Amino acid sequence: MTDQAPAIELKGISKAFGPVQANKDISIRVMPGTIHGIIGENGAGKSTLMSILYGFYKADKGEIFIQGNKTEIPDSQAAIRAGIGMVFQHFKLVENFSVLENVVLGAEDGALLKPSLAKARFELMRLSEEYELNVDPDALIEEIGVGMQQRVEILKSLYRKADILILDEPTGVLTPSEADHLFRILRGLKEEGKTIILITHKLREIMDVTDTVSVMRRGEMTATVKTAETSPPQLAELMVGRKVLLSVDKQPASPGETVLEVKNLSVTDEDGVQRLKNVSFTVRAGEILGIAGVAGNGQSELLEVLGGIAKGTGEINLNGDAIDLTGKHSDGQTRRARGIAHVPEDRQRLGLIMDFMAWENTGFGYHNDERYQKNSLLMDNNALRADTAEKMERYDVRPPNPKLMAKSFSGGNQQKIVVAREIDRNPDLLLVGQPTRGVDIGAIEFIHKQLIALRDAGKAVLLVSVELDEIMSLSDRIAVMFDGQIMGERDPGETNETELGLLMAGVTDTETAA
Amino acid sequence: MDVMPRWVDVVLVPLLSLIIAFVISALVILAIGEDPIAAVNLMVTGALGSTYGWGYTLYYATNFIFTGLAVAIAFHARMFNIGGEGQAAIGGLGVAVVCLAFPWPHWALALPAAMLGGAIFGAAWAALPAYLQAKRGSHIVITTIMFNFIAAAVLNYVLVNILRPAGQMDPASERFPEGTNLPTMHEILAPIGIEFSRSAPLNITFFIAVIACVLVWILIWRTRLGFALRAYGHSEPAAVYAGISPTRIIMVAMLISGALAGLMAINNVMGEAERLVLNSVEGAGFIGIAVALMGRSHPFGVFLAAILFGFLYQGGAELALWTSIPRELIVVIQALVILFTGALDNMVRMPIERFFLAMHRARKAREAGSAE
Repeated sequence: MTDQAPAIELKGISKAFGPVQANKDISIRVMPGTIHGIIGENGAGKSTLMSILYGFYKADKGEIFIQGNKTEIPDSQAAIRAGIGMVFQHFKLVENFSVLENVVLGAEDGALLKPSLAKARFELMRLSEEYELNVDPDALIEEIGVGMQQRVEILKSLYRKADILILDEPTGVLTPSEADHLFRILRGLKEEGKTIILITHKLREIMDVTDTVSVMRRGEMTATVKTAETSPPQLAELMVGRKVLLSVDKQPASPGETVLEVKNLSVTDEDGVQRLKNVSFTVRAGEILGIAGVAGNGQSELLEVLGGIAKGTGEINLNGDAIDLTGKHSDGQTRRARGIAHVPEDRQRLGLIMDFMAWENTGFGYHNDERYQKNSLLMDNNALRADTAEKMERYDVRPPNPKLMAKSFSGGNQQKIVVAREIDRNPDLLLVGQPTRGVDIGAIEFIHKQLIALRDAGKAVLLVSVELDEIMSLSDRIAVMFDGQIMGERDPGETNETELGLLMAGVTDTETAA
Repeated sequence: MDVMPRWVDVVLVPLLSLIIAFVISALVILAIGEDPIAAVNLMVTGALGSTYGWGYTLYYATNFIFTGLAVAIAFHARMFNIGGEGQAAIGGLGVAVVCLAFPWPHWALALPAAMLGGAIFGAAWAALPAYLQAKRGSHIVITTIMFNFIAAAVLNYVLVNILRPAGQMDPASERFPEGTNLPTMHEILAPIGIEFSRSAPLNITFFIAVIACVLVWILIWRTRLGFALRAYGHSEPAAVYAGISPTRIIMVAMLISGALAGLMAINNVMGEAERLVLNSVEGAGFIGIAVALMGRSHPFGVFLAAILFGFLYQGGAELALWTSIPRELIVVIQALVILFTGALDNMVRMPIERFFLAMHRARKAREAGSAE
């Protein structure tokens, strides 16, 4: 294998965006016929590196060799000619085109469409069969599931004769079983001699499917190791630069009174689509209820209604008293006054104002709070700044400068600002959406500890996450959502990923039993 | 960009934009065969060379401060209120109604009442577009500009049919009673021994405008309402998450904006004309947009930009009076200033930003080098 030319070799790639050095002198060799994982925290430079390889960015320095030949890749067309295919995290498909049309789009043979389509149909069937992709060429993109759409993206690359396939965070939108299916396909492609680069931040996927893994940290390639010769803790340490606790350390819960009682909650969005269908559940004091599910199955709407962002119908009781769902008191201010704090799913859109300084963001939502007022007219900005400095210290926000804009912090530190603001109110009920999305491993550990601490202080926590690992390790009870409904509740000690995965895919309790 | 010092952002960039605008203006003046140096001389002496010139410059600036603040406060809530013209016109009606309703014994009593009248009328004129935006989603830019035309028509009707004294040909109200005449700068400064031009229209309203700047600054950066307003301006979804009502913010911001525009009327209607005439606003509502843009929506910036535009107005008038440079060219110069400081701001900003970025990187590299 040593005398074989690598499928891809990068030598000394550097790329800077303004003052940020996104890639620093990166060298990597990807051998043909292997699955090569690239792992790293958000902002480590993985996506930049792949964008350089695919011709979206031009490297400031460095060389690219494809199959041993030095290659210039000024644009994505050149990348395709060099045999590189890319499957993006967010698919680039035309929703109201068929699979076939999407595959041909941009690769038509001539001015007339018909011959291309006929040729493509034949080729598509062959590829689909060869790699067990099971794709119907005439199905419309908007009518097929996410997993299938992803396979169309793979088909697009294969149709363009790609020998090297790059997948960027491919499992973010998939159920566990869909992810397994994808990995089977990837192994099949590998056996056919294709080279695959898998970008991810999930250690489990790396361990499952890759042959070699490269770790990136702060724009640098810190290590390349054989997957068989490493372990998740070792990889995590390489990613973060220090030892991290991967499992969450927690005592069994001792739940008390019911804090939140949701009865027949429904939400219909602006387009008239019912997003939440008669959802009922309870959360007790001193426990974490985890809501599992693939993104887009009503979890966001659930959090929005509970947090006072959206309106809904049904009944919600907090500590036995009803909460206004539609009227004047259905807003976030009233919810906060009632003791509901909310760490929203999308911190950049909802949780923070990116152009506000850290201290303003600490007061955000609580700007009417007594302790931030100087008198009945003016706010006490000094008190707010002092409070922020103190919170930043305690929640380890770096850099601990209250006068920095929210957008200048890393994802993890942004999230810590939100978490500090919401948890420090000592709420009776904490709503948490995707607490660790786009957050580095070090901060994940910290945020998880805070959630457990809040639970142990006898508060109720409702956790929504698409990361099954997170749900499994934090929750005291797990409810699974699919298509706006709760498919069932499980005890994390008595269930497993397969069972939850089935529920996430919409297979109900009775079907599982049968 | 964090690497760019603050003074560059707030001083250097607008200054450079201004210089470019003046250079191009000079070229235009050269092109029509006039001497730009002499023109600048004339503008500066005409606008700033005497208390008469200052009296006009600051009188215009007072108008622009009010309309500029009106636009600025709406900007903070991410709304583009281009209805300052109409709101100021209707504000003038409010001032006139108050002044004519009662034989005011002294201006000190008439002024607060007239301010209230102007502010309420101006706010009311902004309330309708605001309500349509908040409840129906009608775009505020479209509705406020349409309300400018409606305001002009309303004023026309009221002046011709209601306020015009019988037998008068001119579509204007009758003169306000003596007790409403505001003290001019001449009258204010004479007791303390400072000689100020008797004929310049600058009056006590200038001080009210300055106070308005301070109050707006406090409102935006020191109060809960200002906090909510800025939060909404930066991100509506985040504001809703925090429980800030978009309807309330839109209404309140536009009411304050309309009130500020309406307040302008105490300067031009009550302070200067001392009666209500047609088209009393004379485009000050639109200049307010440029003033707010150039002043970066900051009350102090608005204050400075208003004085600059006051200078351009007065200097331009002098230019038209003493040279063969046509009046239209003055408008061209003003337009160039607006263009460069407002619309083309990024043209100057980007290269400067890049320059500071390069400096920053070089410094970092040096630091890294010396560390090794």
